[in-house]
Amino acid sequence: MLMLSMTAWGVQRFPPPQFESGYQIPQTTTPMPHPPIRDVIDSAVFLVALGMASWLTLKKRSRKWIVGLMLFSLFYFGFFRNGCVCSVGSIGNIALAAFNSEYTLPAVVLVFFLAPLVFTLFFGRGFCAAVCPLGAMQDIVLIRPVRVPEPLEAALRLLAYVYLAFAVLFAATGSLFVICRYDPFVTFFRFNGNWNLWVLGISFLLISLFVGRPYCRFLCPYGVILRQLSRISRWRVKITPDECIQCRLCEQACPFGAVVKPSKPLPPAENARSKRTIAFLIVLLPILAALGGWIGSAMHPTLARAHPTVRLANRIDAEMAGLVQGQTDASEAFRASGQDVQLLRLEAVSIRYRFWVGGMMAGIALGLIAGGKLIASAVPVVRKEYEAHRAGCFACGRCFAYCPVEQKRRIDQSIMNTK
Amino acid sequence: MTQPNKPINRRDFLRDGLWGACFAGLAGTGAVLASKSSQQRFVWQIDPAKCTACGNCATFCVLQESAVKCVHAYQMCGYCDLCTGYYRPEPSALDTAAENQLCPRGAIIRTYVEDPYFQYTIDESLCNGCGKCVKGCAAFGNGSLFLQVRHDLCVNCNECAIAAACPAQAFKRVPADKPYLLKGQG
Repeated sequence: MLMLSMTAWGVQRFPPPQFESGYQIPQTTTPMPHPPIRDVIDSAVFLVALGMASWLTLKKRSRKWIVGLMLFSLFYFGFFRNGCVCSVGSIGNIALAAFNSEYTLPAVVLVFFLAPLVFTLFFGRGFCAAVCPLGAMQDIVLIRPVRVPEPLEAALRLLAYVYLAFAVLFAATGSLFVICRYDPFVTFFRFNGNWNLWVLGISFLLISLFVGRPYCRFLCPYGVILRQLSRISRWRVKITPDECIQCRLCEQACPFGAVVKPSKPLPPAENARSKRTIAFLIVLLPILAALGGWIGSAMHPTLARAHPTVRLANRIDAEMAGLVQGQTDASEAFRASGQDVQLLRLEAVSIRYRFWVGGMMAGIALGLIAGGKLIASAVPVVRKEYEAHRAGCFACGRCFAYCPVEQKRRIDQSIMNTK
Repeated sequence: MTQPNKPINRRDFLRDGLWGACFAGLAGTGAVLASKSSQQRFVWQIDPAKCTACGNCATFCVLQESAVKCVHAYQMCGYCDLCTGYYRPEPSALDTAAENQLCPRGAIIRTYVEDPYFQYTIDESLCNGCGKCVKGCAAFGNGSLFLQVRHDLCVNCNECAIAAACPAQAFKRVPADKPYLLKGQG
């Protein structure tokens, strides 16, 4: 025990020598982190890239240019800046800042979090198309897209909501930033990392060869927020620059299943049935919410183990009760520091309580979302023309070239230019 | 700006309302968060008062070579001939032979200063941050060797993998303009 407490600080056992040979005691070197101006530059480049992406997807309508900007973003925010700060991971910082007053949010993180949301509210998901390096990584390797059946797609998409809920819960309780820890491509950006991360990244990349943007579609927690904002965005990507002629050429254009077909109103008999289904689902909604809340709060002892203080308190209790043999590094360090066990327990109890509340809220939210999705799937939609799905479209611009009306526009434009 | 000729239907009205609410919500969130944010950037650092030199720094860093290195507070050092941070217990001779050294990477350079003093310098290109020397120095010496995150190497992950694995919760975020927690300086 004595030796351990010395490890913690050490003591001045031997007085520093009085040198007679004129020896100068060297200084401890302190290499500095990058200067703050880099954050300003990054923010500026980010905002310009977002603006460019919006212009390219809505006005220029050129896949080539979008790919160009995407490659730039991949190299700048990915390989040059090692993939950090990124908007997807910034959710963790934001949640921590919102729930923990001691944490100071760096301004650059706020810019990376907020700017794409505002841009999406106005111009759709240009961020996903050409600014996000994670999206770019998956987009460039997509060679043979496989169609994911619509029900499977809808089910898998729920994963992203679950991921978002838990990411916020863990970050808000100060446990860990899940999104950053399991960032699939940061290993490539750094070209450095341990085996687990390489395996994760390479698996995602291999899946991305055949399934378009799997992370973006089924896991990205930031994408979840962007989807909702994109639903109501002021302007958005349109497949055709003018009137849709229903030629069906764009039907297979989208590797992400985001081109939706026109649909007619239901016949009266089916319409009545769908109304009954919707009524049933609305009744089901509070039940789903309650179920989610119950599961979420019941999971709190397990979830709380993500927090190091709770883990330590559990371990110390187990050691004191004689349930486990020996000590871990953490319990050893705790005992050596001579802190009060009772205080640790109290702290663990308060963290567990926060997990109970947070788990319940996350569960209720997920229950409501699942219920809402069911209701939305039962509501008949009337569409006159082929269009890009309001929420699901990444604005990648692949479908433009499939549209004959767009081809005509391009030819007209080139004639105008040569005149 | 209202156009009298354009009828407002319920769907558009609701959509515009929702859009306005979202915009206001984003603006509000931005304002609240901006009040909590600062120009100041934060970086990871080890509090040497809490560090137990457990060895996790060498293995948990996301970089293949850990960004944590041993640093030396020379003004605290006793310049001992028998340095317990340099030599493993009961060395066969007080020389620079590898079998006598505690450091698995041979990253500590021992140079003669004057009788009977020796200077110990860390070659950071070899050091892997395992903390064996830190333990040795603190156990029997002055504790002038300690671990620090080196900011020329650290990529400043949002989620520092070593911080998550640190058993003593010695990792903390410090302002980027004062990125070191050095021993022996006040």
